[in-house]
Amino acid sequence: MSAEAISTVEKAKPASEPLFSKKNRKLINNPLDADNPITVQVLGVCSALAVTVKLIPTLYMCISVTLVVALSNLLISLMRKVIPSRIRIIVQLLVVASLVAVVDQMLQAYAYDVSKQLSVFVGLIITNCIVMGRLEAFALANKPWPSVLDGIGNGLGYSMILIIVAFFRELLGSGSLFGYKVLGENYLGNGVLMSPVGACIALGLLIWAQRARNGYTEEA
Amino acid sequence: MENLLNIFVRSIFIDNMIFAYFLGMCSYLAVSKKITTAIGLGMAVTFVLLMTVPLNWLAYNYIVKEGALTWLNNLGVSKEFADFSKVDLEVLKFIIFIAVVAAFVQLTEMAVEKLSPALYTALGIFLPLIAVNCSILGAALFLPGKEFTFGESAVYGLGSGLGWFLAVVALAAVREKLSYSDVPKPLRGLGITFITVGLMAFAFLSFSGFKLPFGN
Repeated sequence: MSAEAISTVEKAKPASEPLFSKKNRKLINNPLDADNPITVQVLGVCSALAVTVKLIPTLYMCISVTLVVALSNLLISLMRKVIPSRIRIIVQLLVVASLVAVVDQMLQAYAYDVSKQLSVFVGLIITNCIVMGRLEAFALANKPWPSVLDGIGNGLGYSMILIIVAFFRELLGSGSLFGYKVLGENYLGNGVLMSPVGACIALGLLIWAQRARNGYTEEA
Repeated sequence: MENLLNIFVRSIFIDNMIFAYFLGMCSYLAVSKKITTAIGLGMAVTFVLLMTVPLNWLAYNYIVKEGALTWLNNLGVSKEFADFSKVDLEVLKFIIFIAVVAAFVQLTEMAVEKLSPALYTALGIFLPLIAVNCSILGAALFLPGKEFTFGESAVYGLGSGLGWFLAVVALAAVREKLSYSDVPKPLRGLGITFITVGLMAFAFLSFSGFKLPFGN
């Protein structure tokens, strides 16, 4: 495409609301920190703890969750005017379950080892509270494009926390990163960090650090 | 019999839904502030697990699994018309499991509301939450990997539910006491709760070396 064509495309956009207006950018930025799905909204915690032993499966999980949140937000937002509110949970579950079935088949086809490591947690994206939470709180009341952005934003916020937790668990737990030994052959590894215990404590400390930085406190 | 007891003990203590697999964490963290609500949700989860795991076992073994539909041929559908012994619906297992769970939860909610208003006020508000509780779907998704009989799956459902119940009531008890302590401000609430859960999981790790006492 020539430079001229690009500039006309860019000019054509502001006719309505620009695709990445300030409001829309906020949809992506907010979930990364101040409104993070895991550390602030407390959603989707199960998989955050269970799949973060190694970085590679974690990355696959992050991509899958982000895809499912964004696409299910889009689909539900498109259907929001025709879903009767009494049965909306079942409709939402079916939409999400179909998307997850597609993601699971793709993982089995292209990344079989990872799909074995993730085991039931791919299927459990269906009941991942982030997906249902965003559908209920956002997609049912908003237009498709903001809904997609909201889905991507929340997916990225989730991914960010998972990757940080997985980084420390893999580095200190088995002395490697992405499967490569980085702490030397003599590093013995720390069994506690590999176990569920380490996941909880690592996430607790991460939440402490994040809240100490952004000043969010909870009434307790 | 020994086998059933083993599955029961194993699903409560060793493969505890919360401390070994972290299933159902969202509602676990949300309702564990007071013991009374924790008991209510714990009972609802136990009941739903006890009922849906065997239901999903039936769905898996008679609809989803490869060759599971052979009974259609035995009922008189001719093999020339369709050979069901080769049909494999594993792809659809997510959709079928979640549909069974959601439909069961919805039906239970309506039945409890009609039959027992007292129970409805105690459990009813938690029921819609349960359809999206990971532990229910998780237990169903573990079924293909474990070769249970129908009775074993019911015991497994009950045990998993009781394990969840135990975990949620224990955490609620700790958190009620914790509210009197002077926790650093940013650590309050979620942060300290995670660390508490971690320490409780530590205690439960000791069960993993536990030799099951029944039979071999």
